[in-house]
Amino acid sequence: MKPVRFAYERPTDLAAAFALGRREDIAVKFLAGGQSLGPMLNLRLIQPELVVDITAIAELKHIEEKPESIVLGSCITHADIEDGRVPDVTSAALRRVACGIAYRAVRNRGTIGGSVAHADPAADWLSALAALGASAIVKGESGQRGIAIEDLIVGVFETTLKPGEIVTGVEIPRQSRAARWGYYKASRKTGEFAHAIGAFMHDPERSVCRAVIGATGSKPIVLTDMQELFVGRVPKPEAMSVQFVRQMMGARGMGDDIEQKIHLAVLRRAIAQAHAS
Amino acid sequence: MKEQGVGARLLRKEDDRFMRGRGQYVADLRFAGMKDVAFVRSPVAHARIRSVQPPETHRHAVFTAADLSGVKAIRAVTTIKGFKPSEQPPLATDKVRYVGELLAMCVAPTRAEAEDIAAAVVLDLDELPAVHDMLAARDQQSVLLHEQWGDNIFLESLVEIDIEKALDAPIKVTREVRTSRQCMAPIEGRAVVAMWDTRLEQLTVYSACQMPHIVRTGLAECLGLDEGQVRVVSPDVGGGFGYKGILLAEEVCLGWLAMQCGHPVRWIEDRREHLTANANCREHYYRITGYADRDGTLRGIDCEATVDSGAYSAYPFSACLEAAQVASILPGPYDFPAYRCRTFSVATDKCPILPYRGVARTGVCFALELVLDAIAREAGIEPYAVREKILVKRAQMPFTNITRKYFDSGDYPESLRRAVAAIDLEAVRARQRRGEPDGRLIGVGLATYCEQAAHGTSVYHGWGIPMVPGFEQATARLTPDGGLELRVGVHSHGQGLETSLAQVAHEVLGVDVEKIKVVHGDTALTPYSTGTWGSRCAVMAGGAVSVACKELAKRAAKVGAQLLQTDADKVSVRGGEVIGPRGSITLKEIAATWYLKPQNLPPDVDMGGMEATIGYRPKPDTGTFSYATHAAVVAVDAEIGGVEILDYVVVEDGGKLINPMIVDGQILGGLAQGIGTALYEEMPFDSAGQPLASTFADYLLPGPTEVPSVKIDHMETLAPHTEFGVKGLGEGGAIPPPATIANAINDALRPLGAELTISPITPRRILEAIEHAGRSGT
Repeated sequence: MKPVRFAYERPTDLAAAFALGRREDIAVKFLAGGQSLGPMLNLRLIQPELVVDITAIAELKHIEEKPESIVLGSCITHADIEDGRVPDVTSAALRRVACGIAYRAVRNRGTIGGSVAHADPAADWLSALAALGASAIVKGESGQRGIAIEDLIVGVFETTLKPGEIVTGVEIPRQSRAARWGYYKASRKTGEFAHAIGAFMHDPERSVCRAVIGATGSKPIVLTDMQELFVGRVPKPEAMSVQFVRQMMGARGMGDDIEQKIHLAVLRRAIAQAHAS
Repeated sequence: MKEQGVGARLLRKEDDRFMRGRGQYVADLRFAGMKDVAFVRSPVAHARIRSVQPPETHRHAVFTAADLSGVKAIRAVTTIKGFKPSEQPPLATDKVRYVGELLAMCVAPTRAEAEDIAAAVVLDLDELPAVHDMLAARDQQSVLLHEQWGDNIFLESLVEIDIEKALDAPIKVTREVRTSRQCMAPIEGRAVVAMWDTRLEQLTVYSACQMPHIVRTGLAECLGLDEGQVRVVSPDVGGGFGYKGILLAEEVCLGWLAMQCGHPVRWIEDRREHLTANANCREHYYRITGYADRDGTLRGIDCEATVDSGAYSAYPFSACLEAAQVASILPGPYDFPAYRCRTFSVATDKCPILPYRGVARTGVCFALELVLDAIAREAGIEPYAVREKILVKRAQMPFTNITRKYFDSGDYPESLRRAVAAIDLEAVRARQRRGEPDGRLIGVGLATYCEQAAHGTSVYHGWGIPMVPGFEQATARLTPDGGLELRVGVHSHGQGLETSLAQVAHEVLGVDVEKIKVVHGDTALTPYSTGTWGSRCAVMAGGAVSVACKELAKRAAKVGAQLLQTDADKVSVRGGEVIGPRGSITLKEIAATWYLKPQNLPPDVDMGGMEATIGYRPKPDTGTFSYATHAAVVAVDAEIGGVEILDYVVVEDGGKLINPMIVDGQILGGLAQGIGTALYEEMPFDSAGQPLASTFADYLLPGPTEVPSVKIDHMETLAPHTEFGVKGLGEGGAIPPPATIANAINDALRPLGAELTISPITPRRILEAIEHAGRSGT
């Protein structure tokens, strides 16, 4: 269980990273916190010829506050968020999610951008950020684009990132004071990846309401049509349409009854948390 | 001097180095010229081998079965009638029989490079259907692993006592009970460094093992060496649990390689090898029926047990250790009149199952205790009441049970009563009636077991496996400065033996524990022993240290009496001194006399000197019986299948406790493993025989938040036949938690009519059971 031989570079600016990343003659992999990539290297599930460590790029640790949002640099760690070292625009929703990720040792090194780019459907950030309406900021030599989290991920470990592109940050909308948040995950034990995630955000002042069914085996299912989800009623757990949620899961290939039951339960609990907050 | 003898709660001597990261494990060893080995393992479960082709670039760095001339297959036979032996070649020859079986070894300066070479070896395998299901494997039509057998059954056994007398009982409950295949998960995996010493003409093998002398015997046999040509050193070892009691094919391969290549070679098992190819255990299936009177009195047990033994018989315990034990220990701590148990040890295309802490007891306890609870539900009484009727009573001790097990001492019903009181059954029942604000379901469960430990010659000779424990030996030696060395053939890999054996010696001689050094883990330095297994060290090595120290005391007394100018029968040894009628002399001065001033010795002094090696075996040697009742309260989240352990109680009787703190550690460690068996740990295989959990992301172990705080209550009924009344209890903590927790979960799910009879109890299995109960309308 040792990695194949690979070269290692640790550029200090994005331009250098792009230049390394676009090489087509060799397999290149970007490395941030390495909490998933490290084990995958050791198991030889990935066998890159060059690993480009992006954690020395100052821009990727940058935080930018905007009137309507905040941009967190990719290399902000889960622990940075857990410990409150980044400004909070989500009424502590981000902190609550961060402190439930894996173990502290993982949170010390694991990064928000790395998690998004890695695209493990069971990862907390994908579901939580999708529920918050966040988008990934993707940069490459040809320029910059913003893309909704749920559109960045295509499937298990699969994204729409093109060779040489890097997720440089995550843009999270500012919530109003009236916003409500619920996040519930079912996992076998503390620190394990979830086997079901429910996330729910309702911000009446901004007229935004998003529900996410996560840890699905593929990309998170984002529900934004509250008419359908609550059959026109107020968003509270007992109003959730089981039929609609089951339908949405079925449409995405989640046909297993027990899997559906657990996902229904955790989404209902997320909604209940939001309702009670 | 602070209390240091038997019964003292001393901090462990060895923890100074362990807690500072100064332990020395096999992977810490560095030798000049040492190279790393990576193995090529079978990617399929069952196949004929057409060829194993090393890459042209590394022809001389790859070794296959064809190279291993003169190396014998591992054979672990028993003399039990009907046993079919398997031959496990260290590197597979004609066939592979499990995923992960060794096909070739690759040598390189680093492990990564060795893995590069291994990845380039080309395998041509003619795949055969995999025998992956032990019940299907019993079928006459099944594909065969070992064609010459004619079937897939290592051994079938039957015990039958008056079963017909139970068949008319008014209550009859039948259950299918399964314990899933598991992996033992010591923090350190297996690890081997082998080298040939040209001066001593000796193969030295450093191995992370718990039975170094047995490994030496096995290695000498397989490699065709005299035992004197093999030295096995087992340095610090990070947990054993049974896994490190096994002679591995990897050890044989490395031994051979070291003799060929002239430089040290090492193999450090990685976690994927450990999980998928080596440390498997526990896979049992029971079809069990309990017969009882209307009032819940158990009248008989009828059981058919099948154990998935995997592809080969592991050395030295053999492939029938589990199943054969099942038949003899299934009755547990209970007295009932009718019994039948048929067992099958079945060969499948999975890696051999190995004995894991508790061995077969965890499975039989699970099967029997679940059936007792089912009887309680049928009879409409509390589960403890079913047990109270049939637990062997204090007045019956010593008691010979239905399978001729000799229970030495104890008050089994008292452990049950105390556990019921400590868990506060009444309060739990009241809480259940009230219901939980969060909608979870509360349940309470318990289980009682007894653990035969330190069983000796009279038990093992009948099995005829390669190893029969005899007199356990210890050497006690005074050093010239008055310190004490204890040399034992058992091994300590987490049990704290360096402390508890020192406490035993202190009890006899009074030497300060700080001045006592326990030497273990080296066949060149210690007396022969079968090693550490079967919860035997406190009784056997503790007993041996005690008698060796008593012999040393006698010899010191004689010298001391001479120096005190009195008669030997007028002195006694206490507190590190020989005390006479008029004055005393320290052991330190006596040792100095023997070694440095021999001119002062009495003329008739014992020529053995200040060093005694004595063998010890209790009489009778059928083993001590520790026992316990565990009780748990759980909360079950029936929507998502979650389980939380709210309260846990252990009431156990381990006889005299040498160090109660170490005993608590043993119980807590065992309990954590038992919780793993109950709720988390499973090594699943698909129908092609592929193991599906290859990392700890897939193979879940309980962590600190999954193991609750536990109330432990010790009873300490002295064992009548051992030194100090000590009983073996090292495995006990791991035996009843699956039964206790499953019973609690079933109690919680009772309103839904759901019942689980498989471990581990996962969220999916809980929801399936609830759904099944809903469908069948119970």
